[in-house]
Amino acid sequence: MLSRESLINILLAVLLLAVPLAANAYGEPFYVTLATRVAILALAATGLNLALGLGGLVSFGHAAFFGIGGYAAGILATHGFSGDPLFFGLSGTNQMPVIWLVAMVAAGLVGLLIGAISLRTSGVYFIMITLAFAQMVYYFAISWPAYGGEDGLSILVRNQFPGVNTMRPVNFFLICYVALMAALGLFVLIRSSRFGTALQAARQNEVRVATVGIAPYRIRLTAFALSAAMTGLAGALFADLNRFVSPSMLSWHMSGELIVLIILGGTGRLFGPLAGAALFVIFEYVLGGLTERWQFFLGLILLGTVLFARGGLLGLLAGKARHG
Amino acid sequence: MLLDVSKIEASYGASQALFGVDLAVAEGEAVALMGRNGMGKTTTIRAICNLNPPRAGSVRLAGTDLKGKPSHRVAKLGIGLVPEGRRCFPNLTVHENLEAAARPGSWTLERVNALFPRLAERHAQMARSLSGGEQQMLAIGRALMTNPRLLILDEATEGLAPVIRQDIWAAIRKLKAEGLSILVVDKTLSELLPVADRCVILENGKSVWQGTSAELTADVQDRYLGV
Repeated sequence: MLSRESLINILLAVLLLAVPLAANAYGEPFYVTLATRVAILALAATGLNLALGLGGLVSFGHAAFFGIGGYAAGILATHGFSGDPLFFGLSGTNQMPVIWLVAMVAAGLVGLLIGAISLRTSGVYFIMITLAFAQMVYYFAISWPAYGGEDGLSILVRNQFPGVNTMRPVNFFLICYVALMAALGLFVLIRSSRFGTALQAARQNEVRVATVGIAPYRIRLTAFALSAAMTGLAGALFADLNRFVSPSMLSWHMSGELIVLIILGGTGRLFGPLAGAALFVIFEYVLGGLTERWQFFLGLILLGTVLFARGGLLGLLAGKARHG
Repeated sequence: MLLDVSKIEASYGASQALFGVDLAVAEGEAVALMGRNGMGKTTTIRAICNLNPPRAGSVRLAGTDLKGKPSHRVAKLGIGLVPEGRRCFPNLTVHENLEAAARPGSWTLERVNALFPRLAERHAQMARSLSGGEQQMLAIGRALMTNPRLLILDEATEGLAPVIRQDIWAAIRKLKAEGLSILVVDKTLSELLPVADRCVILENGKSVWQGTSAELTADVQDRYLGV
């Protein structure tokens, strides 16, 4: 017998697939793009959910990884298009699998570096230090004229995936959908592994974890780097969706948005990021059509969630989390 | 000696709590750490585990100096701590609590379940939903899963129903009989003394009396442990 939450999860996964496919069949590519945005934001937030939801690490700097993934895609594509070598004689590429790998490795390595320093602090200091690192990356991107600086970087033609015409919105959506599902699968594996258990235990009590012989720092650092890599992959896909990369992907607004997605959907829950991203994009679209100040209303909803529905949308629908 | 604590001093911030504690636990021995409330029993245990590192004196486990070693290293070297107040991971299941601590050795999930059948019955339940006694069993089970050379029990039976206390004492006696080295803090002398080979009494942060359980006469008890 499936739990209520599993049923809701299945429903969400099916809806996210069915809506854009139907929209495509009726010749409404706009909704396909909207769904792609949901899938990518959900992927980015699933990355953050590893650190925040399981590990209790409130990173206010995940935009850095999102942006690094985006810039990896943009820079590789630019060089691939122009034929100019990148560095060390390496050439660019327009092949998504290579770009994804580079995006994940780059974001993961930066995550390792940022995490190695930030994880020595906790609480509000951790929030502030991750923010500070992300702002450093942001200002670096702004002041780097070679790749557009403040104006950002255009990807002239969407990157390619072997055997798929990625220019068709529905095809690109399916790629993002599969990436999201793979990430969610990985999340489940991690959550139920010994590593994931220890990560959650460290969130609940650091001292108790140490007294059973587990070093919380190493576990958290590994989780943080994994989380960064996942968000980096989302950044690369986001760059390809918009065919544009700009420093705004790296801004602290983006970091905040990812946290908001998780809180809206349900912190630490498998499908929390997807529920949150869907809610966010729908608000943005519906409320954004009614008023320019839609974020004010989003703020009210967020306030309501924090005050009255601590488990987010999923908490409201499926009841208290098993892992509180 | 398995555990050799020599003249340790420890403080909480500016206020010193330990002024020289000596104690030793031999392989396979059970030692009771005694004293009235506030005499430094828990502080001594925290100092041994480097949760509150001693500022003077030395702690050695099987000859290895624990000075400067973080608590998780101390645990890996073989000290299994059952802290005061049944500290489980409330939002993990019983199974996950045990599994998270597991390290290779003779203590496995099956063996812990055999020691505490109540845990086996509740393996999928969240730790926070267990009764106090079951949480205490879980805390002991978790410490055993690390396959410790020395088990430290801090007030393992405090505040539990008498029936549950008896279960826990039975488990402690069994562990002792199997040859596990144990350092135990408890207030129930009637249960403690038959288990303990030796006793160490703390007063005002110092070890003031050591001897076998038989030597702990009514006089000594009155002098150091009476209220």
